[in-house]
Amino acid sequence: MLLERDNRLEQPDSFYAGLIAAHDGLSLEQSADLNFRLLLILANQIGRHDVLQAAIAAAREGVTA
Amino acid sequence: MKQLNPSHVRPSFPFARAPEQDGAPNHHPVVIVGGGMVGQTIALDLIRKGVPVVVLEQGETVSIGSRSLCQAKRTLEIWDRLGAAEWMVDKGVQWNIGKVFHRDGLLYEFNLLPEDGHQMPAFVNLQQYHMEEHLLEKLAAAGGAVRWRHRCVGIENRPDGATVQVETPEGAYTLTCDWLIACDGAKSGIRRQLGLDFDGKVFEDKFLITDVRMTAPFPAERWFWFEPPFHPGQTALLHRQADDIWRIDLQLGWDADSEAEKAPERVVPRIQALLGHDNFELEWISVYVFQCRTLSRYVHDRVIFAGDAAHQVSPFGARGGNAGVQDADNLCWKLKLVLDGRAPASLLESYNDERLYAAHENILNSTRATDFMTPKSEASRRMRDTVLAMAADWPFARAMVNSGRLSVPAHLVDSVLNTPDADSFAAVVAPGSPASDAPIARAGADDWFLHAIGDRFAVLTTAADAPATLDIEGEAVPVLTVGRDLVDTQGLLARRYDLKPGTTYLFRPDQHVAARWRAFDPAAIGAAMTRAMGKAGGQSKTEGAAHAA
Ligand SMILES: Cc1cc2nc3c(=O)[nH]c(=O)nc-3n(C[C@H](O)[C@H](O)[C@H](O)COP(=O)(O)OP(=O)(O)OC[C@H]3O[C@@H](n4cnc5c(N)ncnc54)[C@H](O)[C@@H]3O)c2cc1C
Repeated sequence: MLLERDNRLEQPDSFYAGLIAAHDGLSLEQSADLNFRLLLILANQIGRHDVLQAAIAAAREGVTA
Repeated sequence: MKQLNPSHVRPSFPFARAPEQDGAPNHHPVVIVGGGMVGQTIALDLIRKGVPVVVLEQGETVSIGSRSLCQAKRTLEIWDRLGAAEWMVDKGVQWNIGKVFHRDGLLYEFNLLPEDGHQMPAFVNLQQYHMEEHLLEKLAAAGGAVRWRHRCVGIENRPDGATVQVETPEGAYTLTCDWLIACDGAKSGIRRQLGLDFDGKVFEDKFLITDVRMTAPFPAERWFWFEPPFHPGQTALLHRQADDIWRIDLQLGWDADSEAEKAPERVVPRIQALLGHDNFELEWISVYVFQCRTLSRYVHDRVIFAGDAAHQVSPFGARGGNAGVQDADNLCWKLKLVLDGRAPASLLESYNDERLYAAHENILNSTRATDFMTPKSEASRRMRDTVLAMAADWPFARAMVNSGRLSVPAHLVDSVLNTPDADSFAAVVAPGSPASDAPIARAGADDWFLHAIGDRFAVLTTAADAPATLDIEGEAVPVLTVGRDLVDTQGLLARRYDLKPGTTYLFRPDQHVAARWRAFDPAAIGAAMTRAMGKAGGQSKTEGAAHAA
């Protein structure tokens, strides 16, 4: 398995709180912009192409067009 | 108000009657339909190989406008093999540096030729009409000619030959040939007549393409803008060409009215906004819709497609004209061997496979670049804009900014003509790769490695006891021994080919690597050459062993 399904976050509650806080006061558009930026920064942090491909596919599976 | 005011006067080549119109025999080994840059290159290569060709061209002159202006390193190396590169390199504008701007700031710059020791620069910008005029001169010098205003109006394709119907200002005539090369361009009538699928995609965008004459202080670099202040929300591209002519491409969007946009009064303010002044003349204006598509096969019985007739790409990356020249390079030596009865017609199947592989690579790259410039959904536009916005501060985002991935030749790693490695190598030049150039000395004079291997099968070796030639398949194959036949003056040959004592490479006539070994073994070389000639799995027909020490 390329993708870890079990928790790896050191502080899940604190991460979630921080994520939400970052969107405080932003319009939906601005939030989308923030999410894109965050996504790109995290993707670069991961780096591995096979992992990223698997993550994109897994995320797409959860969204029905 | 400014009007079109071109300084370049295109020649008008006269019509001449064909000998066949006056009763001469009408069969030829090869007929080329289309005398554009690809048909010309194929004609020149075949004639130099001793194959007579007939070139039919419906027009009476060369390209209108600069069109395929960026001549890539590999293309220049191919034309150099045909004796046609020197003038182009001198006449054109050499460049290696590209700059990418976003809004009013420089995002990053790239160097396409980061290493020294190559005869050719990464790119030479030279208008297509100059390039074609030069190819025509070389063709004439080699004893070839284009039949101007001879239009192919129909063909008949058979398993053993083809018939071509030709119309001219002085009536019609018929030719028969063993092989018909269809170089009749993006709108290929032959493709249509054969009813072939030409699949791919059209990008919902239009681009204004202009040649502008001016003296300007900009350096010889490729400048590309996303959303520049002078052309809001769109892209722009600037290239310097020969004769103080500049190429400016401006994105217009899908809704633009192509005819209205071509009017000088519409074009001038756009150029003026980019330059900041109106001290220029308009040479050529065109509006272009990009397409990325290819035939699913290039060889159909006796009809072989090359250039835009076979495949089209969007121009970001300069993969259109350059791909066509590389088609020519791949095809001609194979056709020569087949015509001489030295290789089976099935060798041409490898042209099909290798050039389809290259076309798919070109289409993939051009499609990605065009998708970046012309996002096809709101979400992809926002992703694109985010990448651009981050690129100034985050170097990783620059790697995703795509203003065109510029033409590099395909490494034909999966080709059936290759003999797979049995030994291990650290060099990027692998079986299927185009040869890498390197400075050398030959006969006491500085020279280039690609000149040494030339345009026939050739062996490079470091083995001390190798013979001067090997007799393989009835050919005296030169064996270039480092230290004996050539000197690796800067050690770059050794580095680029990972040479160790005994290392041996076999090159095809198009300068792609066919095979390589860590020892000099004439039997292995013979088998690899047989295989590269498309003969059953590389059964060895070498007699070279007798010559080996
Ligand atoms: C506006 C424009 C801008 C371009 N910009 C770029 C660019 O920036 N970079 C890039 O790489 N490429 C560019 N291209 C594409 C590039 O010009 C082509 O890839 C290149 O010309 C292909 O060469 P070719 O010989 O296959 O076809 P062409 O050059 O189109 O030549 C085909 C020839 O066949 C002749 N012909 C057609 N039918 C017949 C017939 N029935 N009988 C006899 N003759 C016939 C035509 O008259 C023509 O001379 C551009 C093209 C256009 C139109």
